Amino acid sequence: MYRRRMSSPPSAVTVTDLRIQRGHHDAVRGTTWQAALGAITVVLGPNGAGKTTSIEHLEGYLRRESGTSSVLGLDPQTRGDDLRPRVGVMLQGGGIQPAIRPLELLQQYASFFADPDSPEELLQRVGLAERARNTFRNLSGGEQQRLSLALALVGKPELLFLDEPTAGVDLSGRDLIRSLVRDLAGGGRSIVLTTHDIAEAEQLADHVVILHRGLVVAQGAPSTLVSKDSDTLRFSADPGLDLSSLSDHIGATVTETTPGGYVVEAAPQPALVSSVASWLAQHDQTIGDIRAENQTLEDVFRAVTTEGSGPSQAPESAEDQDAGISPKPGEPS
Amino acid sequence: MRAFLGQLRTELRLGSRQGEQLLVSLGIPLLVLVFFSSVDVLPTGTADPLDYLAPAVLSLAVISTSMVSLGIGTGFERQYGVLKRLGASPLGRGRWVAAKLAAVAITQAFQWLVLVGVSLLMGWSPPATGWAMAIAAALVGTAAFGGIGLLMAGTLPGVVTLAAANGVYIIFLLIGGIVVPLNELPAGLAAVSKVFPAAALTEVITGSLVAGGQVEAWAWPVLIAWGITTPIAASLLFRWES
Repeated sequence: MYRRRMSSPPSAVTVTDLRIQRGHHDAVRGTTWQAALGAITVVLGPNGAGKTTSIEHLEGYLRRESGTSSVLGLDPQTRGDDLRPRVGVMLQGGGIQPAIRPLELLQQYASFFADPDSPEELLQRVGLAERARNTFRNLSGGEQQRLSLALALVGKPELLFLDEPTAGVDLSGRDLIRSLVRDLAGGGRSIVLTTHDIAEAEQLADHVVILHRGLVVAQGAPSTLVSKDSDTLRFSADPGLDLSSLSDHIGATVTETTPGGYVVEAAPQPALVSSVASWLAQHDQTIGDIRAENQTLEDVFRAVTTEGSGPSQAPESAEDQDAGISPKPGEPS
Repeated sequence: MRAFLGQLRTELRLGSRQGEQLLVSLGIPLLVLVFFSSVDVLPTGTADPLDYLAPAVLSLAVISTSMVSLGIGTGFERQYGVLKRLGASPLGRGRWVAAKLAAVAITQAFQWLVLVGVSLLMGWSPPATGWAMAIAAALVGTAAFGGIGLLMAGTLPGVVTLAAANGVYIIFLLIGGIVVPLNELPAGLAAVSKVFPAAALTEVITGSLVAGGQVEAWAWPVLIAWGITTPIAASLLFRWES
C-alpha cells in the first residue's frame, strides 16, 4: 500500500521533554507523554494549558524549541510529506469555505488521497446526508463540527488529531461525535483528542494526559488516575472530638477540617462506617451526616489544575479558547 | 494530477459562486466597453472609441481577475483558516498555487471571449496580427497582478485586502491608460503611471491590437519587472495563517 511502513511504528505519538514557544511565551514547557496505537488518548486541560499548541506541533504547524516528538514513528517537523497522507486533522475553527457544500468539500479533499473513503458514505455516517446541498455557512454549529470530522476521515487516516471536536455542539451532536470516535478506535484507528470537558474524557479515554500551564500534571488510564487510596469518609458531629481516641478506635487518621466537619482518610467500607458509628455512640455523639467520597476524574483534574497547585509563573495565554467552528474575523488561529 | 484537478474544480466552483467578484471582474470591463463606446466622451485618440476601448478593457479584465478577485478571495480563505486546513492535507503548496493560477487563467480566457465577442458584435475589427503579443502580455500581467493580489491577501486582514484591492483597481482604471490614454494625462501623472504595471499592460495590449499601433519601448520592461518581483515578494512575505 501507499508508503505504508514495513513495520508498525511503536506508538501513535511520543513526545519527550517537548518545549514549544508561541508568541513570546512558552506554551509547552517540557512535556513527556505517549499515545498508544489503536487507542483514544485524551489531552485534557483548562484553557491555555497548551493542548492546541501541542496538537498543532504534532500536525506540523508549529516548531518545537527543544525535545523530541514522533508521530507514527516520524518527526512531524521533517516528515510532514510522509505524514499528511496518513494523518487526519480536525482544527479548532474548521478552516472551511463558507460557500462550499458538504459533498463538494469532501470530494475536493478525497481527490488529494490515493485511496479515499466515499464522500457520500461519510456524509451518511456523520448524519449530514440530508444537508448535502446546503452551504457550510448555513449549517448549524454542530453540523459544521460533524462535517469537519468527516473531512478529517476522508483520507482513511491511521491517526486522527481532533482538537475540541465537541466544542459548541449540542447534546445529541456530541453523542454522535463520541460514538463515531469510539467506532473509529474500535476499527483500529489511533485518536488523539483534546478537550476541557472532563465528562468527555471519562467517557472516551483509554489514556488521559492532563496538561496545565504547559506541563503534564497527571497521566494514565482514567481508572488508575482515580486512586482508591484517596477515597475518604466524611461525617459531621459536635466540634472538638477527641481525634486521637477516635483514630485509635477505627485504625485510620481522622482530621477535623471545619468545626464539626471530619474526614476519615480510608476507603469508605461498611466496616469503617460501623466502627465510626460505634465510637460516636460510646461517646454519646449524634451524627449530622455521613457520606462516602469516591474520587472522580473531576477531583483529580481539580486537584492538579487548581490555582496555586500548578507550576508558578503561569504565562498568560490566548490559545485554547472555546472557539466555535464558525470563523470570526480577527480570531487567533 | 487528481489533486490538482480536485482543487482547480473547487477554485472555479467557488469563484463562480461569488457574484460580487464576477461583477467586478466581468461587469465593470463590459460596462466601460459598452458605455464609453456608445458615449464618445473619452479622448481615446482613435476615430471610433471602440478601437481603443476594446483592447483596453482586455487589460482591465486581467487586472480585475488577477489582482482583485484572486486577492480578495485568497485573503478571506486565509482569514477563514482554509489555507491552514489545506496545509494539513497532502495537496501541497505547489499544487495549490498551480490550481489558483489555472483558475485565474481559465476565468480570464472566458472573460476575453465574452469581451472580444461583444466588441466584435459592436463592430470592432482588430488587426489579425498582434494577438500573440497581447496574450503573452496577459500572461505576464497575470503574474504581476496576481503577485500584487496574493501579497495583499497574505499580509493584510481580509477586509483590508477587500478595500485595498478595490481602491488600487479604481486608481489603475483611471491612470492605467484604460479609459484615458497616457498621452492625455498631465505629464507628471503620466510619468508616475508608467512606473506601474497597469499602464504597461494596457500599452502592450492596445499597442498590439489597435490598427496601426505600436508598443512603446518602456512597456515590456516595466511589465516584466513587476511580473517577476511581485510573485517573489508574495512568496516571501505570504503568511498562511492570519
